[in-house]
Amino acid sequence: MDDNAHRITLVVNSERRSLEASGVERLTSVLRDAFGQIGTKVGCEAGDCGACTVLIDGEPACACLVAVGQVEGASVVTIEGVARHTRSGARLLDAFHRAGAAQCGACTPGMIVSAAALLDATPLPTDSQIDAALGGVLCRCTGYRKILDAVRMAAGDDQPALGGVQGHVGQSIARLDGRAKVEGRDPFGADVIPSDALFLRAIRSPHHRARFTFGDIGAWLASHPEIDRVLTAADIPGRNLHGVIPPFADQPVFAVGETRFKGEAVAAVVGSRAAMERLDLGQFPVGWQALPHLLGIDAALATGAPLVHDKRPDNILVHGRVEKGDVAADRADAELTVEGAFETGFVEHAYIEPEAGFARRVGDRMEIAACTQAPYMDRDDVAAILGIAPADVRIIPTAVGGGFGSKLDLSVQPYIALAAWLTNRPVAMVYSRPESIATTTKRHPSRIKSRISASGDGKLTAIDFQADFDTGAYASWGPTVANRVPVHASGPYFVPNYRARTRAIHTNCAPSGAFRGFGVPQMAVAQEQLLDELADRLGMDPLEFRILNALDGETPTATGQALGDGVAFKACLTSLRQDWRAMRRAAEDFNRQSPGALRRGVGIAGMWYGCGNTSLPNPSTIRIGLKADGRIALHQGAVDIGQGSNTAITQIAASALGVGIESFDLVSGDTDLTPDCGKTSASRQTFVTGRAAEAAALALRAQLLRLANVSDAAEIRLESDRIVLVDKGRRHQIPLSSMNAGAFGYLLAAEETFDPPTTPLDANGQGTPYAVYGFGAHMAEVDVDVRLGTVKVRRVIAAHDVGRAINPALLEGQIEGGVMQGLGFALMEEFHPGRGENLHDYLIPTIGDTPTIESILIETPNSIGPYGAKGVGEQALIPTAPAIFNAIRHATGVVVRRAPATPDRLLAAIKQTATR
Amino acid sequence: MLHRPQSTAEALALLSLPDARILAGGTDVYPALVDRPPPTRLVDISGLPDLRGVRRDGKSIRIGAATTWTEIARAGLPPAFDMLRLAARDVGAVQIQNRATIGGNLCNASPAADGVPPLLALDARVELASPGGVRVLALDDFLRGNRRTARAPDEIMTAIVVDDVAGARSTFLKLGARSHLVISIVMVAALLVVDGEGAIAEARLAVGSASAVARRLRDLERRLVGLSANDAIADVLTSTDLSILNPIGDLRATADYRLEAALELLRRALAQLARPADG
Repeated sequence: MDDNAHRITLVVNSERRSLEASGVERLTSVLRDAFGQIGTKVGCEAGDCGACTVLIDGEPACACLVAVGQVEGASVVTIEGVARHTRSGARLLDAFHRAGAAQCGACTPGMIVSAAALLDATPLPTDSQIDAALGGVLCRCTGYRKILDAVRMAAGDDQPALGGVQGHVGQSIARLDGRAKVEGRDPFGADVIPSDALFLRAIRSPHHRARFTFGDIGAWLASHPEIDRVLTAADIPGRNLHGVIPPFADQPVFAVGETRFKGEAVAAVVGSRAAMERLDLGQFPVGWQALPHLLGIDAALATGAPLVHDKRPDNILVHGRVEKGDVAADRADAELTVEGAFETGFVEHAYIEPEAGFARRVGDRMEIAACTQAPYMDRDDVAAILGIAPADVRIIPTAVGGGFGSKLDLSVQPYIALAAWLTNRPVAMVYSRPESIATTTKRHPSRIKSRISASGDGKLTAIDFQADFDTGAYASWGPTVANRVPVHASGPYFVPNYRARTRAIHTNCAPSGAFRGFGVPQMAVAQEQLLDELADRLGMDPLEFRILNALDGETPTATGQALGDGVAFKACLTSLRQDWRAMRRAAEDFNRQSPGALRRGVGIAGMWYGCGNTSLPNPSTIRIGLKADGRIALHQGAVDIGQGSNTAITQIAASALGVGIESFDLVSGDTDLTPDCGKTSASRQTFVTGRAAEAAALALRAQLLRLANVSDAAEIRLESDRIVLVDKGRRHQIPLSSMNAGAFGYLLAAEETFDPPTTPLDANGQGTPYAVYGFGAHMAEVDVDVRLGTVKVRRVIAAHDVGRAINPALLEGQIEGGVMQGLGFALMEEFHPGRGENLHDYLIPTIGDTPTIESILIETPNSIGPYGAKGVGEQALIPTAPAIFNAIRHATGVVVRRAPATPDRLLAAIKQTATR
Repeated sequence: MLHRPQSTAEALALLSLPDARILAGGTDVYPALVDRPPPTRLVDISGLPDLRGVRRDGKSIRIGAATTWTEIARAGLPPAFDMLRLAARDVGAVQIQNRATIGGNLCNASPAADGVPPLLALDARVELASPGGVRVLALDDFLRGNRRTARAPDEIMTAIVVDDVAGARSTFLKLGARSHLVISIVMVAALLVVDGEGAIAEARLAVGSASAVARRLRDLERRLVGLSANDAIADVLTSTDLSILNPIGDLRATADYRLEAALELLRRALAQLARPADG
């Protein structure tokens, strides 16, 4: 406690609260740590994200920028009090829940508190008033559309009823965890930390590459009695190594001797929260010697470039290749060929919740509660680091405040596990925003060269594609990107002659890993723009050109797979035809009539994406049991990172079992309690885990029906003391008390596993890499200011082949969020290693950047997915950027060679095109 | 320790204590910490009544240095101040505007400070109090460079004083890479007084984010006087009018782009002001 501490009293949600403090403490830390109001989220501590918005005397403010002494005597309203202490709060909570305006829920408290201030002052706001009121709160999941809907819903009387009563497949029920999210009760990584936990901070390299030596750590510790422990590589009992793909594991927990990227950890200090907050990490005894470093693909491939890893020659991590037919043959004279080179930059996931969690040692077991997308992978890697058996590690996923791929890799886990293991105290770590941006994985920057040919009648004849991906300092998901992209670079089109080659290249940047699409969005930026160029050369309409070449169930993919049923790409394209023609014409009319700087354009892009791992097993196992109180326990290990798997998987199980969703109790994610459902990535959870849930629920249904030997058509009613089976007009009652607990402690239980049927790819990349692909097409309408190079995306229409819509509202939410991430990727997002590690230099779209987004769900069930469903999580992002770029091209004639198309780049390209 | 003085004199006394720093809205002090702990001694001047609010003082307007941007946006100010009220709506987002102060914006002296171009164009003066008394500086003289000002360590900015410009119209255009909560790539504040004949009687133009300190374009201002205020006014401008600017290239944009965009924004601002009112 500070010497100058004094009693400070404020009124929080109409209750007088006081604490001993010096007054300079951030209001966020007082609300959360001293008063336990965890609904106020910390996203950046810089006023850049608005997640911590509270009302101070009725006016919204970022609590992270307020000294608690400044609000002495003032009234503070947080999400916990918004229902009772604002006029519109209760309506907003309800509307946000019903509209599906919360996905991960990390921004939701800030959004609702900001919206409450707006509606209390302006009960019927205009859209631009809503934009202005919410423009300071960033959301990374929803694309803001459902947030706008919710605010309008709360302002009006319109309260549409949601979904069906039973919550079965096809019904737009609200998220099962939605109420907790809108009320700020769903606990994220930083919200579960016990008050007696020690805190850990990492000592990180200030250089892109450096040699380092520790000073006298013992002496430093002796002079810092407030520090409990220092950790370095020497303290690791197991292996100082982790990585999401075991054969490529190459990332140390603590670097030894040399660091490979700016921000890499070399040591950690552990102490009380207060001591750690006061600690100046710059005093830690470590000496740095900067070494020559490699930033960018050119530097890494240059002759004589230092090797990032000694065992990886030429700094190449892996090659990927898929080849069929003959691209080298001279193309006939009648064919047309276009080619081009494209580049995309590093993209940061920028979820609103920075990585956080805590670990504790329980006897000789380790328990970790942290945000994650991959509990079982975390378990295995942490076990190896601690040198204990995987079964002795328990991962308890907290609510995840957005993931998008980056929370597949370890972040805080190895540090807190090691510290808790060695100190036998609970130990917590919460990443700062700069720490999160500097050290966690990114979307791979890409450099692509491609050539596409078509015959005079518009049929694609050949694609020759080459891409280099900057995979950063460690492998992470680099091999996955390098292998997935060659499978996908044909796009969802039939191409008889095909070659796609990729390389993942090491540099001294933060590791590139998984980010919604695993390289496919970068690929689509190149290919879909070249297709437009080719259509132009052929004199064909870009949409009709795509329809002509679209894959169907019979035409083989680039890997020689005929997909059979459930291929609805053509249907996606034709569903856009009417709007396409009208909007293209309207844009051209606008340009003829508008004398100003604005040029309007409409563009389209197609997409396909294989659900699940590429040619590798990725099973999910679901357990389901009948409890003694007549309720159903669903052990559902798919981590819900905001996308809605808690809800969708339960809907599938409820449908298959034939009972209402209200009978279900969800057991989520905990590796001690749920079987392995694999990682939340690759758009696999609805498809793979959903199918396992369907199978498990059907197996349990069969057991229930056997209790009275009734037919498959029987109706099941679960009551608290009996099961009622109604078949052919007859009622059969089975008292629960007559049944004994069996497998897993349930009266009846079933456990089923599903692993999508795939095959390994041969030397030419031929085979069945995925059992099911999702398809889609986006259409974008933009206004380009040709004198400033700025782009306003006005409208996006997104058609997706989802197989079967398990929950249409959740699907729309995924699509809207994907579109907005695609818009950011297209127009504003680029991370520059070592610079701008914050959310005011790294820009993601705000509510004011949101276009109108219309979703078209095409339901053509396939025979493999649950009820014919496919994933959509990544699909939704892939075609947005190329659709926007094709719209820019339609408006201005400019081909976007370098993403993002920032105003300076676009203006330069416009001027260059004009002078050509 | 957070001190909450009740008067400017008390604040000045507290400021002389070791390690004392001034705190107002907190929207620059706290973000600058990144992951370091807050300063040990902060003197909170946001509650000083003398430093809050907007009032007319004869023909000048006096804005307390601790007045928030929300208060400025809501204040009943004459048309010459439209550009300042527009800028007030562009400082961060609502959460920031409710706390951040006009004086803080000036003392922080960021090249991208949204308040500076309009206040330069308004020929604002700043009032600095110290234990020795009060001095008044032209804003132009107060801002010395990127994050550098003429404020002495024992001084507190107490007010911004601006003479109204009768018959003026003004506007503010900010260009960023997204719609809200954005640091500008470039911004322009423009004020015109048009006489009864439709000719420009006075022009004041300032450009921000295109040099270490926002700059007035005084040569251009003089050149505009006497010209007809109509749509053609935009065509008078050329890139040489911006030779006084010295932008850098950074994460937000290249230096060349900043110059081009500044020119385009100036043209748009002038065209907008030259149009008939409400046109």
